This record gives sequence, structure tokens and C-alpha cells, in this order.
Amino acid sequence: MQQVDNKTLSTWERVKDSDIYHSFIKSPTAIVSSTILFIIFFCSFFVELVTPYNPFDPSSLSLMDAFTPPSWTEDGLAKFILGTDGQGRDMLSTILYGCRISLIVGFSAIIFSLILGVGLGLTAGFFGGKYEMIVMRLTDVQLTVPSILMALLVDGIARGLISREMHDEMAIYVLIFAIGISEWPQFARVSRAATLVEKNKDYVSASTIIGVSNIIIMFKHILPNILRPVLVIGTIGLALAILAESTLSFLGVGVPPTTPSLGTLIRLGNDFLFSGEWWITFFPAIFLVILAFSINLLGDWMRDTLNPKLKK
Amino acid sequence: MTFLKINNLSVDYQMRKETVYAAKNVNIEVNKGEILGLVGESGSGKSTVGNAIINLIDEPGKVSSGSVILGDLNIHENSESIVKYRGNKIGLIFQDPQTSLNPILTVGEQLIETIQTHLKLSKEEAKNKSINLLKEVGIKDADARFDNYPHQFSGGMRQRVVISLALCCEPELLIADEPTTALDVSIQSQILELIKKLTKKRNLAVILITHDMGVIAETADRVAVMKSGNLVEIGETKKILTNPQENYTKSLVSSVPPTNKKISRFVIVEKEHNKKKENNIKILNRWSKKEIISQDLVQIKNLNKSFDDNFFTENSKNSVMAVNDVSFEIKEGESFGLVGESGSGKSTIAKMIVNLFKPTSGDIFFDNVCITKIKQRSELMKFRKQIQMIFQDPYSSLNGRLKVKDIIAEPITLHNPSISNIDLNNYIYDLLESVELTQKSGDRYPHEFSGGQRQRISIARALATQPRLLVCDEPTSALDVSIQAQILNLLKDLQEQLNLTILFISHDLPVVRQMCDRIGVLKEGKLCEVSITEDLFLKPTHEYTKELLRLMPKIESIYN
Repeated sequence: MQQVDNKTLSTWERVKDSDIYHSFIKSPTAIVSSTILFIIFFCSFFVELVTPYNPFDPSSLSLMDAFTPPSWTEDGLAKFILGTDGQGRDMLSTILYGCRISLIVGFSAIIFSLILGVGLGLTAGFFGGKYEMIVMRLTDVQLTVPSILMALLVDGIARGLISREMHDEMAIYVLIFAIGISEWPQFARVSRAATLVEKNKDYVSASTIIGVSNIIIMFKHILPNILRPVLVIGTIGLALAILAESTLSFLGVGVPPTTPSLGTLIRLGNDFLFSGEWWITFFPAIFLVILAFSINLLGDWMRDTLNPKLKK
Repeated sequence: MTFLKINNLSVDYQMRKETVYAAKNVNIEVNKGEILGLVGESGSGKSTVGNAIINLIDEPGKVSSGSVILGDLNIHENSESIVKYRGNKIGLIFQDPQTSLNPILTVGEQLIETIQTHLKLSKEEAKNKSINLLKEVGIKDADARFDNYPHQFSGGMRQRVVISLALCCEPELLIADEPTTALDVSIQSQILELIKKLTKKRNLAVILITHDMGVIAETADRVAVMKSGNLVEIGETKKILTNPQENYTKSLVSSVPPTNKKISRFVIVEKEHNKKKENNIKILNRWSKKEIISQDLVQIKNLNKSFDDNFFTENSKNSVMAVNDVSFEIKEGESFGLVGESGSGKSTIAKMIVNLFKPTSGDIFFDNVCITKIKQRSELMKFRKQIQMIFQDPYSSLNGRLKVKDIIAEPITLHNPSISNIDLNNYIYDLLESVELTQKSGDRYPHEFSGGQRQRISIARALATQPRLLVCDEPTSALDVSIQAQILNLLKDLQEQLNLTILFISHDLPVVRQMCDRIGVLKEGKLCEVSITEDLFLKPTHEYTKELLRLMPKIESIYN
């Protein structure tokens, strides 16, 4: 009998033993960025628990509080740490509520484009032939259109199709679709390339010889093996999707002002910038920068760790 | 006279969890005009010693102690001085001639560059010297080929160029790290002859690092055996190979398939499996007993396969005939061997038999049914079940994301969806046992296993559908000799007990001789001859077979 090693590890022990875990606790960048992201995600998704104000409840607002500067300035009030906007809404609460919208749109858009891109890339790489050629030429065409223009186009068409009353309700779904549709090509390309490598490996041949059907081979065998590179660009894609959402909202074609996202807040604050109320636009903007920067740092660390070729 | 002296050399790799000793207190001496063979299995530290001599150890490894004395210079005195000796006093030959030459420079430019780095010669003198060198290593038409790029040379020719590069600065020590492993048998023997000739002519000290005992037997004057970083034994080649003192060396020598006779089993010195017969009883009970009728299980008729490298037009002008009009039969219960050098089409035939791709023309009959013409999936599944395959590379043939038991469960549940969980688990355990793995192995992932153990998992998976034909495509060529012996023993046992028919594909003639009843020899897609194993080895009829047999490295040559 061949002995391997007598104890079987639990899942958590496996994680603790893995190189990824060790690389994580040795990388200050990864720890700092994931801590920041954790705080942002937690505060945004449990915003009702974190903030004492609900900026969308008109009865709790007082116009008397409007344009209060941040608490550390001369006219600031301790109860509004980052000041208030033109309607007397607390900035910090508004930002966190806005961030939740941004994150929901960003995540949904990236999941949408992941499913679309990986689905097309995987099948294209696996089946090859004319189907592959069509899919890959489609991605080439898609890549020639700047993603923000693509999103504007989708939004424009949606505005034409959906009635005005419905529009505010549907805006968030249109936005998710618009961003998702402009980001799928890179996922398709990466997953196709990875599939081409994996499908020639012997374990795929072995499954074919056993008689496993193509669908099962694709999803049970190939998909888990190509997820690493896809997840890495997915993380960086998330930052891009959040930025795209903010850009669109800043341009006024994103989510409506009644449920403002970070981009909408920056746009609304922009009007007050030259009259001296800088904090209304500055804080959402700096918040957006920190969010995108942290995601990118984490994505960089993931790329270095998950790519065996870059290992030292 | 001792030329190179390695004293107490140790190399450590500082890893996250522990310090790995790649070499530990190694003492080796090499004389001028002598070839020292350095053998060992993978991970034994033989390449580490070679690299440590010229201080080419990759991070995080480092030479932790010891000295290397070349002539009367201590070349490890400081790390800067070693640079002077590389290429100058010490020449190097690496394993893969495909990657050790720069593809965008001509051979001549690379030679001139190397010569001018170390010797003070004008460009013209350097060119003359290079051409002479190319002639010396046996490249015909050296003047014309001087301006060729590496891709214009074949593998063997490229290795000759690499040797001329290693020799161009008149080194006194030559380190050859697996110089022939990537080459076919016929080219291997030419390169080894060349190294032998140059050693005598130039009075070189040569260290030949290899895993192949046959190569050692034919070339080395003395041999050093290494195991997990330690030097096990060193001495004259004949003495070590015929009368090894250490247990490890004994098992290594006995694992090498003899070329001159057929043996029933390999003797495993280090651990003998006594319980083997009992192990397989459980799986035997599940195996539906088949009577062996002396009939042809597989018939291959006029098989052709061409690969089109032209994407847009489907004309056959550019196509390569990988398999050209091949016909043979495999009888039920026998082991049929297919041998040939790389590119001879042996793997292509295997892949057509298991229906991974369709032949261009010709038919394959399995159990008197033509399997190449089956269209219906349900019909095909019947044959999928009966024909299974074991692959060459144990690292890519298992899906790293699945547990071993899930890998083995896949074929079982696919062909028997109604199997109960308890039954399934028992079956998996029986299969694991039959390939001599513990039950606990099922809960692990493939990366936790060594190459040989992975190959056992592969075999277990192939047996799960209770196949009649097992296609083994170079099942041991990625493994060390001692592991190879174990796997070959296992395959023999399984065949005996389960009445398997085996198609055994290999480039390694001695292995085929041990494993097969009949052998077919392939060359460039054509079948040269098919005959009973002993006949083929004792009185080959085809010229190519004779050539192959003459060139194969023979460990027995040491007795003559």
C-alpha cells in the first residue's frame, strides 16, 4: 500500500496551509485594501444600522441644516461629520446610501458580463470552427466601440423604448445591462484562450473517452480550471464597472436623482463647487477614488498571486 | 590525475515550511579524459550538483557549504570570479536543444559572440574557429550552415550546435545535463558517440547527468549514484552496475528493464508486495467473468490520418500524413506493443482507437463492429465503456479541481446512474486498493500525489468501467525507473487477473519487450513490421527495426 500522509485536512486547514493565504498575510497592500473594502461594503450594505439619518425620508430633513460644512470647520456641526448638502441631507449617510447603489450596479453588471463573456468564450474555445470565428469577431467589433459610448447608446435606445413613467424604475436595470454589455469581450477573450489550453489536456481526453458529454466536460472540468484568470480580470473589471456607473450617472443618464449613486452625488455637488460648498462634491469623489483604488490594488495582488509565472 | 574536486558541497532551499537539502555533503572527483556519470531519479539532486559547480542555483537556493576546486583554483571563492570560468573553463550542455539556442540569432552569430566574450580574437578568426568547431561536432557543410538560424536545424543537429557552443572557448570541464533526454534513440546514440570522441580527443573532464542507466552503461567510465541529495555510491561503472553495494543502487539497477531477455516481474528491492494477490480479489468479484476466445478484439484496416494545416482551403497538398495505411489486429487477452520514434504516429493511432478523433480513411473494428462509423451516441457509449486509456503525463491527466474519489466516481456514475452511494464508495475503495492506494487517498486532491501515484489513480479511473481494452500511451515515460517498474508490475498483474487486452505504446524498446506479446514497429506513419516479441528482438526482418535495436542503449553492454 502506498502511504501518502495519514491526516486528512479540513477545509479551513487547507486554506491556512495554502500559498494564497500566506501570500495574503505577507502583503500589506492586500491586507490594507481588503480591510478598506470590507469596511466600505459592510457600511454600504448595512447602511440603515450604521447611520442615524435616512437621507431619503423627507420628514427627517430640515432645510435649516442645508449647506452645513464639515464638522471640523468653523461653522460645522458635530452631528454632520462631513457636512450636509443643499437639502440638509447628511453627506456621510448620503454617500453610503449612494455607494450601495453604485456597488449593486457594479456587481450586477460585472456578473452579467461574466456570465455572458465566460459563456461565449468557453463555448467558442471548446467547440471551435465557425461558431468560434463568429463569437471572436463579435468581440473584436465590440472592442472597437468605446465602452462608455456603448453604454450611452444602450441607454438612449432604452429611453426611446420605455415610457417616461417607467423610466425611473427601469433606469437601474438599463444601467446594469448597458455596463454589462460593454465589458463582456475581455472575459470572452480570456476564457477562450484558457479553454484552448485546458481542452487539449489529457484529463479532458480522459473524460471524453469515458463518455462524458460535452456540456458536462465544459462545466464540470474546464470551467473550474479557467476561473483563476477570469476572476483576476473580473476584480479589475468591477472597479471599471463602478467607475462606468459613476461616469454615466455624472452625465445624467444613470440612476435618477431620487436614488442617487456616487456619480449622481458628484454631479449634484458639482453645481455648488464654485459657490464655496466644496464638500458636497469632494467627499463622494474621494470616496469613489478610494473604492476603485482599493479594488484595483486587491486585483493586482490577486493577479500576482494566482499567476504561477510571476511567482518568485 | 584529479582535475575537478567537489568537497562537502551542500545546497539548501529555504522554503516556507522547511529547509530542503537539494544536495548534502557531496564529494566527487573527476579526472581529465574521463566521463563521470551522475545518475539518480528526479529530485535526487543530480542537476543541482551540476548547477552548483558553476553557481547557477536559482533563488531561494544557495550553496551553503563546501568548495569546488578546478585544477588548483577554488572557483567558489567569490561569486564574481565564477563568471570568468563559465563558458571559459567550464562548458555546459543543457537538456532541451529547442530552448538553449537564441532563435533570432544565427548559429554563427551566437558562436562568434561567445568566442569573442572569452577569447581575444578578431571577428574573422572567430568565424574560422566556429566553422572548424561545427565541423568537429559533425555538422556537414559547416560553411553554409554557419548563417542558418536554429530552427533550420533538426533536434539532433541543434544539440550538436549546443555542444560546439560549449566547446568554443576550449573548456577543460564539460557538464552535460541530460543531453539526450529530449532526443530520439537513433540521434541519442550519435550525440553520445560524439561526446565520447571529444572527451578522448580534447582530454576533457566530463560530468554526464542522466536518469538513464542505459546511457550510463554505454558512455560513463565511472558513475556516481545520488538519492535525495545524498551521494549513495561512486565507483567504476562496471562495478556499480554489476555488483552494487548499496540497497538503493541495487533496486535502481533491478528496476531497469533488461534489453536482452524477458522477465516475468521486476524485482523491487526496497519494498516487496506480498499481499498483492489478495488485493485484487475484491475487484475481481465485480468483474463479470469473460471467457477468452482466441479471436481478434481489435482489427485495424488500412487506417489513414492526415492533418491539414491549412485553415481556409481544404486541399490536401499541405496535409501531413500522420498515419499511412496501417493495418494490424490485437487478439483478445494479449498485449500488443506499438513502438516508434517521436512523430511516427503511434499516439495518433491510439487516439483513433479510443475515438478521440476520426480517421481520414480506413476502419477500426472492435469486437467485429466498425466503431469509426458509429453515429448514435448511445451506440458509441457501449464502446466507450469497453475501451479505456492511460495517458503519458500524470500531471495533466487528472482534473486538479476534483477529489480523487470524484475523479474515479465519474465513469462509474455515468455508466451506472442508479448505483447507490454505499455501493459507489465501496467500488471506489476496491478500485483504489487494486492499484495499491489507501482508501484515504480518495479524499485528497491530485496535487497531493507523486507522479507514480497519479498514474495509479489514472489506472483506477480507467478500470472503473470494466473495460476489455486498455490503451496505454507511454504510461511510464514521465516516471522514474523504480516507479516505472512498479507501474509495469501493476499493469501486468491487472492484465493477468482481469483478462485485459492491452495496447501498449512506447518509444522505449526494453519496456515494450517486458510488457508485450507482439510488437508493431512504426516509422513515419507506416507500419514496418509486426511480429512476436522474441522474434522481433532476436531476428528482426525490417532494416529500421535492426537499426533501432542496434542503437538502443543497453545496460548489458557493460558485461562485454
